[in-house]
Amino acid sequence: MAEYQTFEHDVLVIGAGGAGLRAAIEASAAGVSVALVCKSLLGKAHTVMAEGGLAAALANVDERDNWKVHFSDTMRGGQYLNNWRMAELHAKEAPERARELEAWGAVFDRTKDGRILQRNFGGHKYPRLAHVGDRTGLEMIRTLQDYGIHQGIEVYMECTVIRLLKDGERVVGALGYDRERGRFRLFKAKAIVLATGGIGRAYKISSNSWEYTGDGHSLAYHAGAELIDMEFVQFHPTGMVFPPSVRGILVTEGVRGEGGILKNSEGQRFMFDDIPANYKDQTADDPEEGWRYTQGDKTARRPPELLTRDHVARCIVREIKAGRGSPHGGVYLDIAWIKEKLPNASEHIKKKLPSMYHQFKQLADIDITQVPMEVGPTTHYVMGGIRIDAETQMSNVPGLFAAGECAAGLHGANRLGGNSLSDLIVFGKRAGEFAAAFAKENGNDQINAEQIEATARQSLAPFERGDGENPYQIQHDLQAMMQDLVGIVRNEEEMIRALEGIKKLWRRAENVSVAGNVEFNPGWHTALDLSNLLTVSEAITLSAIERRESRGAQFREDYPSKDEEFSKFNIAIGKDSDGNMKISRVPIPEITAELKQIIEEMG
Amino acid sequence: MKTATFKIWRGDSQGGDFVDYTTEISEGMVVLDAVLQIQAEQAGDLACRWNCKAGKCGSCSAEINGMPKLMCMTRLNTLPLEEPVTVEPMKAFPPIKDLITDVSWNYEIKKRIKKFKPRPPDAPDGTWRMMQEDIDRVQEFRKCIECFLCQDVCHVLRDHHLHEKFIGPRFLVYAAALEMHPLDTENRVVELREDYNIGYCNITKCCTTVCPENITITDNAIIPLKERVVDEFYDPIKKFLRLFRSRPSAKK
Repeated sequence: MAEYQTFEHDVLVIGAGGAGLRAAIEASAAGVSVALVCKSLLGKAHTVMAEGGLAAALANVDERDNWKVHFSDTMRGGQYLNNWRMAELHAKEAPERARELEAWGAVFDRTKDGRILQRNFGGHKYPRLAHVGDRTGLEMIRTLQDYGIHQGIEVYMECTVIRLLKDGERVVGALGYDRERGRFRLFKAKAIVLATGGIGRAYKISSNSWEYTGDGHSLAYHAGAELIDMEFVQFHPTGMVFPPSVRGILVTEGVRGEGGILKNSEGQRFMFDDIPANYKDQTADDPEEGWRYTQGDKTARRPPELLTRDHVARCIVREIKAGRGSPHGGVYLDIAWIKEKLPNASEHIKKKLPSMYHQFKQLADIDITQVPMEVGPTTHYVMGGIRIDAETQMSNVPGLFAAGECAAGLHGANRLGGNSLSDLIVFGKRAGEFAAAFAKENGNDQINAEQIEATARQSLAPFERGDGENPYQIQHDLQAMMQDLVGIVRNEEEMIRALEGIKKLWRRAENVSVAGNVEFNPGWHTALDLSNLLTVSEAITLSAIERRESRGAQFREDYPSKDEEFSKFNIAIGKDSDGNMKISRVPIPEITAELKQIIEEMG
Repeated sequence: MKTATFKIWRGDSQGGDFVDYTTEISEGMVVLDAVLQIQAEQAGDLACRWNCKAGKCGSCSAEINGMPKLMCMTRLNTLPLEEPVTVEPMKAFPPIKDLITDVSWNYEIKKRIKKFKPRPPDAPDGTWRMMQEDIDRVQEFRKCIECFLCQDVCHVLRDHHLHEKFIGPRFLVYAAALEMHPLDTENRVVELREDYNIGYCNITKCCTTVCPENITITDNAIIPLKERVVDEFYDPIKKFLRLFRSRPSAKK
């Protein structure tokens, strides 16, 4: 019999980034007992790395902004595959959630009249991102953390959940292990909120930390929930490319928001060469107009560097492939040029982009106030995730909720920068609220001891095999394969090869072995994360094959155009009765007349 | 291919020793890259914490050649590689395994500090007005990534082990950020003197030296707080006035 400690709560929140913390705070405020489980120490989750800001139509900088414009920008950026009800709720509720952070102690940068300052960002019509220099995520997670620790939430740090437990249809608990001692922990709960973030570790070049192994996606899928939009993986256009050891580390879009421009090796500002038809009217005609926009001129339109991330990433790939890349396989991102325009440009850059300055100075010996940066696309975010109800955030598994990056719907085919931090707090709050309500209405159900026993046995098996494979090597091989075959530019033939590759990697993962014991053993942790990574990789690949068109973050060189037929549904992944992945098409419900009109009016 | 040798402390709460690992190095590598490479190729169970690999999360704190640093921001070309590079856990906290220490004490301390308590909103829509120049200082403190390197290097904690009495530079910065927050109405001065024992800090500025976020911990946070304590408790006029009013909160 496996030994485990048992903890009992009404609501179990898995993941303690922005969404998980916000959910836990809300559930706790509703008067139920809440457990918050995090894979790392509290306050270290991926939210900490978000740089640019939090999108909310506060209209502090441009009074023309309102929820309707934000809604319409989000839908356009997502190529209308978004769950429009989520996009509506998000645009309407983000301002209140942002102001709430201020009431809890967040200190955003200020406008001249003392209100929350907002900055320009890709795909947002008006300056909309509340921010703190380029460390907005840190401000947000710390605010939620410092508020949350006084709310009576039970926090379980450095604990990883490996299985959701069900009684019939409903989730009733979760099994995890504490990283420090390697002991199993049973969390009994009446409702569970998944807030585990993304899947970026499935790729070699990634801005994501070791934690991002698709745990929530995989836990939900194996518990019978559906995943949608998994083909849409966001490759952020600007990651560091040099030196090799920092490849993939994020360079905030805020650099472009502050006036940074993209150039190829010939010194040409290539983003002006390809402006999508549906953004033509919103984009500057020339560099001068673009510059005026970044400096707050309301009559100017935004520079093409601030087009959506999917498009900018593809333009960069095009330049590199055409032989116009920088020496280390990127392009140039130049903020130093603004010294032609501004006195004290160097100080201005350091003030507006302190951590970028710091990051390049320390990691690449480059002073961004003097010379351009070399940048290239990096795996950043997954739009796809657990299919949930827009209002309540509950999945098709009763009692199982999801919020933040591991949930899907808000962003459609492409997420706008800044819409992630707002997503976390808008839908984190909703998930917490409705999970608490569910817990109040439903009692505890039976925990199935066999499920625990089987999971415990399976997870300890890598210690039993003497001469199996190194888990790090399998993870490495998966990352390299996904990068090559299911990356920014995709085609069917390569993705079929990827599916075969995933099958082989599954077999290798079943034969993994680890040295040492269960106490804080990263080799073992890596071995256990493999099945999550493989599950999400398979879901991404299958969905990407099924979507035979190019839209948003998905670019198919064998189907390079958008296909009207594919605008009518999301692609869903579920588990069939034989335990295999099954794919289906979920029709997008017809948008309400009111919202349709908003989209039309906004042009 | 160029190689370098790393002497990494392996052990647990019962004790341990340095183990030598030689690994290939390439341009731009930081200490964390080397440690993760050793973990992947030679020592799968080598325990270390990390997340962002960009100096933003404060997870990978360690002592590198005896200096408290973030492994992710310490480039190998800043170290003499003819000699083995020593990597060991922070000393001010109990070891758990290899490079991992038990930092839970820090989380307990934070809970003891009175939380943010804003004044009523300034505007009818429930918002406040704050001028940028009034928040610059607080924003400096809020850059803290909670790597706890300042705690590690503070001699009150590291050498004298006064964790029971002294909250350390990290939480003096935290208290300063709350005390200097333009909206905050709480008073933490009594606790600073009596519970957090700010007087233990004798301003050697070691914490400021190691801060990876370049927060001027001593000059901007601790000294102004000390001044507040002095104003409150040692100002002769206030001392006199205090004879005539009771301060129940001062005696807990």
